[in-house]
Amino acid sequence: MIRSELIQKIADENPHLYQRDVERIVNTVFEEVTGAMARGDRVELRGFGAFSVKKRDARIGRNPRTGETVHVEEKHVPFFKTGKLLRDRLNGKQ
Amino acid sequence: MGEKTLTRMDLSEAVFREVGLSRNESAQLVESMLEHMSDALVQGEQVKISSFGTFSVREKSARIGRNPKTGEEVPIQPRRVLTFRPSHLMKDRVADGNRKS
Repeated sequence: MIRSELIQKIADENPHLYQRDVERIVNTVFEEVTGAMARGDRVELRGFGAFSVKKRDARIGRNPRTGETVHVEEKHVPFFKTGKLLRDRLNGKQ
Repeated sequence: MGEKTLTRMDLSEAVFREVGLSRNESAQLVESMLEHMSDALVQGEQVKISSFGTFSVREKSARIGRNPKTGEEVPIQPRRVLTFRPSHLMKDRVADGNRKS
């Protein structure tokens, strides 16, 4: 499923909404999640999962081609943990 | 930097502000997005949202696990797990937004 298919499914269920509003709605939701993580916040969607930000410490890396050592700075990366309900559903429970 | 936790409520509030539907309908739309995504994943489909990220289902085979506390061996059944791979855009925004300045 891609973004446009998700938009289409929601548009089909809501014939009273303009397609372009459904697009805005779907885009707003994803944008809120990304925006929250960019601020260092987490987003917890019970049953579905939680988006959070993890810190990766600075480390000494190595260029695999040249073997040269490089300093890799501390950075923050997005992380998703699947919710219990969805995890159970993936495994055929309820 | 944040530390706040957003919930469905915050997402529906954003939809409410953006499109001007009722709060109730905004909440239902957020819920139905999550349901459609979950349903696709449960059917084994990948969910690929451009400039956000990709959710995919991976099959894990059975293995012998170990209770780290007691050292006891326990069988782990084959199972399906969900992984999320953030898009480059998301990774960049999260890295930039949380950089110490």
